[in-house]
Amino acid sequence: MDRAATAEKIAGIIEPFNKKGVEITDASTFAGDLEFDSLTVMDFVAAIEDEFDIIISMNQQAEIENYGQLIDAVVKLQG
Amino acid sequence: MTDLFSKFDPLIELRTNLLAQGQEDPFNLVMERVVSPTEAICNGRQTILLGTYNYMGMTFDPDVIEAGKQALDDFGAGTTGSRVLNGTYAGHKAVEEALKEFYGMDHAMVFSTGYQANLGIISTVAGKGDYIVLDIDSHASIWDGCKLGDAEVVPFKHNDIEAMDKRLGRIPEGAGKLVILEGVYSMLGDIAPLKEMIAVAKKHGAMVLVDEAHSMGFIGPNGRGVAEDQGVLDDVDFVIGTFSKSVGTVGGFCVSNHPKFEILRLVCRPYVFTASLPPSVVATACTSIRKLMHAGNKRAHLWENSKILHQGLTEAGFQLGTSEPQSAIIAVIMPDLEKGAAMWEALLKEGLYVNLARPPATPANMTLLRCSLCAEHTAEQVQTIIGMFQRAGKAVGII
Repeated sequence: MDRAATAEKIAGIIEPFNKKGVEITDASTFAGDLEFDSLTVMDFVAAIEDEFDIIISMNQQAEIENYGQLIDAVVKLQG
Repeated sequence: MTDLFSKFDPLIELRTNLLAQGQEDPFNLVMERVVSPTEAICNGRQTILLGTYNYMGMTFDPDVIEAGKQALDDFGAGTTGSRVLNGTYAGHKAVEEALKEFYGMDHAMVFSTGYQANLGIISTVAGKGDYIVLDIDSHASIWDGCKLGDAEVVPFKHNDIEAMDKRLGRIPEGAGKLVILEGVYSMLGDIAPLKEMIAVAKKHGAMVLVDEAHSMGFIGPNGRGVAEDQGVLDDVDFVIGTFSKSVGTVGGFCVSNHPKFEILRLVCRPYVFTASLPPSVVATACTSIRKLMHAGNKRAHLWENSKILHQGLTEAGFQLGTSEPQSAIIAVIMPDLEKGAAMWEALLKEGLYVNLARPPATPANMTLLRCSLCAEHTAEQVQTIIGMFQRAGKAVGII
């Protein structure tokens, strides 16, 4: 799946987690802009993993700070 | 002033605000005198202890104390050395023999604390390129062991068998896999469906480590823990445990049937690069473990205490962590930290000590008052405790 198609899918998945309706760009950070706490992160990562049938380990999550980095990581993990 | 301590400012502020309201500090309690496994003088008051991990009440067992005194006389105050150099005495081998018998396993390795047992075994067994699949509510020592070992760490939702299965199925072929579970999760006192979870782990060819810190001596026909209780102890590759709960002293261990287990003594850094336990500690642990093999009556009484307290607090209107008692831990859920701290203080003034637990130790950002029962609590004490909870709960406005 290319970046555009991956981004579109992720946009759909993040919607219910974006409780405050923050406008999301590639630069939006999960901890800062989206105010995701650790529980939200776990549920959100699980939703992404299940959708794309991938693993995003905690080690990889530590490298992902913003929305754009997440899309790049998911594109890469799909191989 | 900004320096390396600035990152602690939010926590310092939270504490300052809490204590400014005249709140007694929940994290700075001093026990001036310990009367028995269930009573102490805390901050000047006679207090019933309901927040220790002294599940089997072994701390004042006369045989245990006598063994410790004898070891002090015979072997001195400490070993001043690592287990692999000058720090292995007869007592260290004796307590490892006791553990092997207690669990019916081939190998036992004793660490200086339970924290170090998890830190050491996990980081040594699962290294770079291996995968650790673990419950999101795992104890801090498990997370720290993961971090120390450089393995890929993949958490799944608490006790969610399907989520665990899916994650194991996605691990690249050929990679080493370790599944880490706990028998009893200490924050809510709930147990894991180990039978189902271990079957799933084995289906994927993973090794299984189970932390039975909060079940030893109490759960299972021989007190070996939740895996024994559910009939799957033979499928567990590593059981991690501690001497600082039911055993009543301090120390940690791993027992295993793996044929190459003994090599860990040479490659496990938290085992090698620290001093071994003092002779008196391993002597008390050894005596206590052997007594716990024959503690059926105490186990039965502890279960009674757990059931009565659970029922009493439920009837009083408190919200508890589990709908039925699953262990010796009963967690009372508080609406928020302020109310929780106020309730904790009200109980202390009633003469009852419980644990105040707050994030990040707790799941789902909960504030909990954790009650842990002891086999030495009398039926009368349990009724007294329920009365104290009722009065404090009304005074604070929780029930």
